[in-house]
Amino acid sequence: MLKLFSHLGKREWAMTGGALLFILGQVWFDLRLPEYMSEITVLVQTEGSSIQAVLAAGGKMLLCALGSMLLAVATGFFTAVVSATLTRNLQSALYHKVLSFSGAEMGRFSTASLITRTTNDVTQVQMLLSMGVQLIVKAPVTAVMAIFKIQEKGTPQWTLITAAAVVLLLSFIGVQIAYLLPKFRIVQKLTDNLNRIMRENLTGLRVVRACNAERYQEGKFTAANAALTDNNLKAGRATAAMMPFISLVFNGVSLGIYWAGAYIIEAAGMADKLTIFSNMVVFSSYAMQVISSFMMLTVIFIMLPRAQVAAQRIREVLDTVPTMRDGDKTGGGTKGEVVFDHVSFRYPGGEGNVLEDISFTARPGETVAIIGATGSGKSSLVNLIPRLYDVTAGSVRVDGVDVRDYPLTKLRDKLGYVSQKAVLFAGTIRENIALGENGRAPGTAPDIRAALSVAQAEEFVGGLLDGIEAPVAQGGTNFSGGQKQRLSIARAVARRPEIYIFDDSFSALDYKTDRALRERLKAEAKGATTIIVAQRIGTIMDADRIIVLEDGRAAGIGTHQELLETCPVYREIAESQLSKEELER
Amino acid sequence: MTHHMMKPAAKPAPHGKGGLKPLLAFCKPWFPAVAVALICAVGGTIFTIIGPDKLSQLTDLITAGLLGGTDMAAVGRAAGILCGMYAASFLLSLIQSQIMTTVTQRTSQRLRESISRKLNRLPIDYFNRTTFGDILSRVTNDVDLIGQTLQSSVVSFVSAVVTFLGCLAMMFVTNWVMALSAIAASLLGFLLTALITGRSQRYFVARQEELGALNGHIEEAYSGQTVLRVNNAERQFSEKFEALNGKLYSASWKSQFLSGLMMPVMGFVGNLGYVTVCVTGALLTMNGQITFGVIVAFMTYVRLFTSPLSQIAQSLTSFQSASAASGRVFELLEAEEMEDESGKTQTIEHPTGQVSFSHVRFGYTPGRTVIQDFSLDVRPGQKVAIVGPTGAGKTTLVNLLMRFYELGGGAISMDGVNLRDVTRENVHDLFGMVLQDTWLFEGTIRENLCYGKSGVTDGQLDRACKAAGLLHFISALPHGYDTVLDGSVSLSEGQKQLLTIARAMVEDAPMLILDEATSSVDTRTEEQIQRAMDELTKGRTSFVIAHRLSTIKNADIILVLKDGDIVESGNHEQLLEKGGFYAELYNAQFSGAA
Repeated sequence: MLKLFSHLGKREWAMTGGALLFILGQVWFDLRLPEYMSEITVLVQTEGSSIQAVLAAGGKMLLCALGSMLLAVATGFFTAVVSATLTRNLQSALYHKVLSFSGAEMGRFSTASLITRTTNDVTQVQMLLSMGVQLIVKAPVTAVMAIFKIQEKGTPQWTLITAAAVVLLLSFIGVQIAYLLPKFRIVQKLTDNLNRIMRENLTGLRVVRACNAERYQEGKFTAANAALTDNNLKAGRATAAMMPFISLVFNGVSLGIYWAGAYIIEAAGMADKLTIFSNMVVFSSYAMQVISSFMMLTVIFIMLPRAQVAAQRIREVLDTVPTMRDGDKTGGGTKGEVVFDHVSFRYPGGEGNVLEDISFTARPGETVAIIGATGSGKSSLVNLIPRLYDVTAGSVRVDGVDVRDYPLTKLRDKLGYVSQKAVLFAGTIRENIALGENGRAPGTAPDIRAALSVAQAEEFVGGLLDGIEAPVAQGGTNFSGGQKQRLSIARAVARRPEIYIFDDSFSALDYKTDRALRERLKAEAKGATTIIVAQRIGTIMDADRIIVLEDGRAAGIGTHQELLETCPVYREIAESQLSKEELER
Repeated sequence: MTHHMMKPAAKPAPHGKGGLKPLLAFCKPWFPAVAVALICAVGGTIFTIIGPDKLSQLTDLITAGLLGGTDMAAVGRAAGILCGMYAASFLLSLIQSQIMTTVTQRTSQRLRESISRKLNRLPIDYFNRTTFGDILSRVTNDVDLIGQTLQSSVVSFVSAVVTFLGCLAMMFVTNWVMALSAIAASLLGFLLTALITGRSQRYFVARQEELGALNGHIEEAYSGQTVLRVNNAERQFSEKFEALNGKLYSASWKSQFLSGLMMPVMGFVGNLGYVTVCVTGALLTMNGQITFGVIVAFMTYVRLFTSPLSQIAQSLTSFQSASAASGRVFELLEAEEMEDESGKTQTIEHPTGQVSFSHVRFGYTPGRTVIQDFSLDVRPGQKVAIVGPTGAGKTTLVNLLMRFYELGGGAISMDGVNLRDVTRENVHDLFGMVLQDTWLFEGTIRENLCYGKSGVTDGQLDRACKAAGLLHFISALPHGYDTVLDGSVSLSEGQKQLLTIARAMVEDAPMLILDEATSSVDTRTEEQIQRAMDELTKGRTSFVIAHRLSTIKNADIILVLKDGDIVESGNHEQLLEKGGFYAELYNAQFSGAA
């Protein structure tokens, strides 16, 4: 937790110090208040006091109150700035860290977890800082100082009553927490469960209706709903008992002090009576301060563990050193040449090799296709070219240089990579197509239109009200799967790369569009190297070289015709998709 | 304490401010309980108000004793009465809070239940006009919001009003000069509070918006991290992030600072009230107009008096948001349902498999006809394939067959019975369905296979799974059919598809609707799926939505759709000969780029 504070600057440390001092001052002022109160009480009670004296005491008390308020406002300002700064700096540090992660680190944490760590966990820490720090300092200081004051003014009976109240309240709250925490912990799980069942019903709407399973689904929902309600009822009832009990204790304490006071005053000598009376008034207000500061402390003990877990999770990300290092070469060999030299690969922490001894060369202007069953390692293979992962053995060379020897940005300047799942970002179509840098000026509107035309996306983009300036929703949800795929292909085309990598990027397109797109690409990107991962034979059968993967090994490398004759795995795939006469065409 | 992502911008509630009306009607069964709770709240509040008066009597008794002997019996009596009042007030507020908690939870439960049942009575069309996220947010966020308002605001509103009026009355009854000075001091406090709340509210809203924007950006950047790195877009994204983060920082510290002002300012106003009361009180005491006890009582009144005003304001805000939430919930609950079919007596029990479409006309939206005039006779056992490019409306025909949508004109009939004249439930019983998006739920394999059907024997399951080629896989699982499908069992896309085929086999309906698997599975699994599908269609009239043309060449009738219209129909050979759109589609798959 404390290590996270190293993300604060000098200004913030000065502010924190100031805030601590101010809190001390504030407590000092707060505890002076009852003394003036008692002074006023005595003045009012004493025959012949002048109204000036009362006004003077009242004025001093108001000055104290004003002082306390001003200090509190200043403290509030400092903590607000410090906690907002810490949040900003932590989020920024996390964000840049995550952007520097390679596939290995992304996989280790998972995207969802990284998002939670950057948003929720940081918020948890901020909450502790903004609310908690004031309490952490203020509550114990108030308690200690008030206890000293109590000893000055108090009688053993009053102290006993107050102590009893503190013990009673703390044990009550303790029992409550022990009972409630497990209930609060599962609320989220029960709500998720309820949501899951409803989402299930919604996503399977047609199946549910087609199977006449409405009652069945409703039954499941009712059970989940009952479990949630039951848990919430128990937790809610216990929580609801808290406030009445706390106010009972507060009322009881002041009554107890006054009642006991009546006896003490009755027993005291004439001269002491007035002093004891004013002490009683002061004491009861100190007693309230002591009790409430103990209650504040319990709040901290609830918040602290949560924030600590969050801080730990943030630290894990920040302390991770990315495994991938930039090289410093800039290339030199044939432009557009990709060489796999006895490449083996296993995922970090994985058991077996996903790729085993793969060697091939893709020369400029050539199309190399990779085909194979799901899980045979196709995506893993192409992911090695942009260095999303590093090889376990052997080497991948682009333009004659090992990809590990390039600075990452230089390597990626050469590539146009289209992922399996089309990714669009919130913004406009133009921003999505012109995404990123590759050492050239950003794409102009005509460049983008040309890229859209190659990707067979011109027609539907042209049909949009704002054309290439049309808005894209987060995740591209306002476009269909096929449209998203075409837009992400256009993004690669707009980069005018030396090497294209398509990781099963044509799957959502119908045959006609698929074919038209590849024809245009071939014409436009003359001289560029193309590496295609595909499931459909039709997409790849005219490639210069086809690599058939089976369980991470190359089961065959060659052209369509060669493989039909020599590679049984390929022949099997082909036969399942094409009829005999089609194969012979 | 869970400020997750910002909720998507809420749609304007059609009920507007009137959103509370249907909620009130919904809560009617709870009115007696709520009435008891409110009476308790009023009672508890009254004790809180007259408590200080009694405490001041006690103080008076003690001060009276300062100059001589204290009347200990009277002290005992006053203290005893106070004890009783505190105990009663404790009990009343306990009862009140327990009742309100129960009412709240039960109402939320009933609301969720009603939504769940409502969903199955809404036409499919409804779900095209809304997002799942929106409906889910109504079930959780909106219902929770309504619950919170019921739980706290109703009671606190009533007790705040009672406290306010009661305090006012008690203060004036006790001493009007003191009352006026206390009101003056509190009024200042209220004005300051209003000023601060108004300002901080603005920054708070801004903070929530910036937070939503930043979280949205982070989510997007992290999930697209690979793509943005490969495109060297780190700098662009970082710039955007820093801009958003800077805006959030500014809104964040301002809103936190302003809302943090509240406590100290209120504390000061309390002390100001205290001093005002003391000084005025001292003046009056010295003139002998009041006793010291009155001052003690007013010290409490002045504190009691400041809080209800801000509480009332808070409750009103909370009623507003509850009204909006309630509007959204009841917009859903009051949406138009599917036609009630309880009056239909005709049934189709054992269909031969003959289906005829005559002059079918249909459009999803009025005025935009998708199917103009479609007629077709399907003989028992025939295989009907529906082909066409993505988005051509291949599922429309399925939607009409299953009566997910009602026709705009014409009729679909089976063995001469119009589908409109039987219940939807009956229609659904006639068809088995295998859809492209393999829908399985968290539950055992058995539950998934027997979905909605009772009395299925293990023998039946075995036969279905054998035919689907799943028997080996299932028997290798630790608990066989009773293995729970959740995150721990990873099924491949192909296995999921086979499970849904097996489900259709278990259902054993006389007719079939199949949506073919696409490219997401590898070729070998696909062959297996194809075999299972063939097994399934044997002897049954079937409608197949085809993506891979090679698999439907043997269909009896092929319907070719384009832009929602049926442009061609016939069998494979006839269509190829025709050289139209089908032929074009068919040839495209075999020729690579020229």
